[in-house]
Amino acid sequence: MVMKKRKIVINEDVCMGCRLCEVHCLVKHSKSKKIIKAFKGEYPRALPMILVEEKGHLSFALQCRHCEDAPCLSSCITGALYRDPNSGAILYDEKKCVGCWMCIMVCPFGVIKRGSEKKIVSKCDLCLDENVPVCVKNCPNEALICVEEKL
Amino acid sequence: MKYLIIGNSVAAVAAVEAIREKDGKGDITLISDEPQFVYSRPLISYLLAGNVKVEQMYYRGKNFYENNKVRAVLGKRVTSVDAANRKVVLEDGEEFLFEKLLIATGGKPIVPKTKGSDLNGVFTFTKWDDVEKIKKLLLGTEVKRAVIVGGGLIGLKAAEGLTALGIKITIVELSDRIMSSTFDGTTSEMMKKILEKRGVEVVTKNTADEIIANGSKVGGVVLRDGTRINCEMVVFAIGVSPNIEMVKNSGIKVNRGIHVDEYMRTNFPDIYAAGDVVEAYDLVLRDNRPIAIWPNASIQGAVAGHNMAGGTKKYVGSFAMNSIEICDIPTISMGLTDPPAGKGYEVLQQLDEEKPTYRKIILKDNVVVGAIFVNDIDRAGIFTSLIKDKIDTSSFKDVLLKEEFGLAWFPKEYRKHLVVGPGIEI
Repeated sequence: MVMKKRKIVINEDVCMGCRLCEVHCLVKHSKSKKIIKAFKGEYPRALPMILVEEKGHLSFALQCRHCEDAPCLSSCITGALYRDPNSGAILYDEKKCVGCWMCIMVCPFGVIKRGSEKKIVSKCDLCLDENVPVCVKNCPNEALICVEEKL
Repeated sequence: MKYLIIGNSVAAVAAVEAIREKDGKGDITLISDEPQFVYSRPLISYLLAGNVKVEQMYYRGKNFYENNKVRAVLGKRVTSVDAANRKVVLEDGEEFLFEKLLIATGGKPIVPKTKGSDLNGVFTFTKWDDVEKIKKLLLGTEVKRAVIVGGGLIGLKAAEGLTALGIKITIVELSDRIMSSTFDGTTSEMMKKILEKRGVEVVTKNTADEIIANGSKVGGVVLRDGTRINCEMVVFAIGVSPNIEMVKNSGIKVNRGIHVDEYMRTNFPDIYAAGDVVEAYDLVLRDNRPIAIWPNASIQGAVAGHNMAGGTKKYVGSFAMNSIEICDIPTISMGLTDPPAGKGYEVLQQLDEEKPTYRKIILKDNVVVGAIFVNDIDRAGIFTSLIKDKIDTSSFKDVLLKEEFGLAWFPKEYRKHLVVGPGIEI
């Protein structure tokens, strides 16, 4: 269990838009955790919890910012979204979520998605069970960096 | 410090949590006329339909009061507030003293004076108790048909819940279209078609004039135009108004709702108010008015709680917004959705009647002031922040409706401002 506050830093100046972060995030959140199976053998396919924006030569990956003052937390009518006291991360309990989409309405980054199968939200969980989030680990150009500070 | 909170919904809960962040020791007493533990009112339609279980109604852990050292006085109604002597009085005469008071009593359903509205089978639909009462009727009476008076958010959610139970629904709406305060005409028409596909009948420019008795029960409704609809149930879903009875004659300033400053303080420095009971600043309409929505209540409650415990946080204001899924069609509305003609508003829209999907953005002087998303709600929150931060969109207005639109189009400085947190760069 991570007891430190984890943040993923985005550096758009060096992002190449290769989307490896998306690929590895999807695999991480798939059932099989195997890259080929996750893409070709799981229906519905898992969703990446990160997105890549592109505009001409500009590109950057974006995932939940785990805001200090998180609008999604104030908007959640079921208590499904909560702040993990150990890591400061905003996590969600899919059993509680009813798919009212209030969080989608208020997230300024547009990084909370509707789940692919059930009516649940899908958002970055900071890979708390990994030493480094998979998007960061697999970024070839340090466009995503993980920083940790003690809570 | 002796804190007293009237109310037990999200504004009250957020206030408790905010007080406890600053003050672990002070006494917190919370009084509510509802007997239930902290539960989510917006979930009552899901509960009625059987889509959430009783345990899922509670959005905070079972030990919420204990963990936050809250003395909860539930199932008791506050009848008056004595601001000068800093006490509140309950209907049974019991008195509670306070040093800081929060009034978070929410809204109460509007029920127009209608002949027969006291019959068994006439309901409102805002609280858990309303679901219990409806279920009790369904146990003893075969309800084939129900009339819902009011075609707004509450009416549509009630219609959805009751349709799931196999009851034939007629929605009767006074204006010329349903959801008229939330949506524009295009969306209202879309939602009407979606409801009709599910077997819901929608009647507009009409209302219930009289509820006809069948013994002590409901037997039917006579509409304003004379039409008679036989039914066994009537639900009034016209709207809610601030629940302010207990502050009458207290000296607390009330307009449409309790008047508060940016610290959520009333005209008495030790009395705060938050949630559906207040009229707070509307950033789009630039006026104080009640905006009865969950996120506002939560944020206002947190601001009030923080300040009651000695803080100086400001509530910056908000605007109307809602996310509601009707018959599996998700919709999000925000700000001004149906601007008046000839006042300089610019409208961008994209409608696909087949899917059906609809996106509409309303701008004034290149600043987004409202938006509608139907069945295509991805990343809608980006528009919430464009409205809130009054961002000049002139450099990227032509891509606002495009699928690829996102933060990449924002001016770099604004993007940085959004994404920057401690140690965060973009």
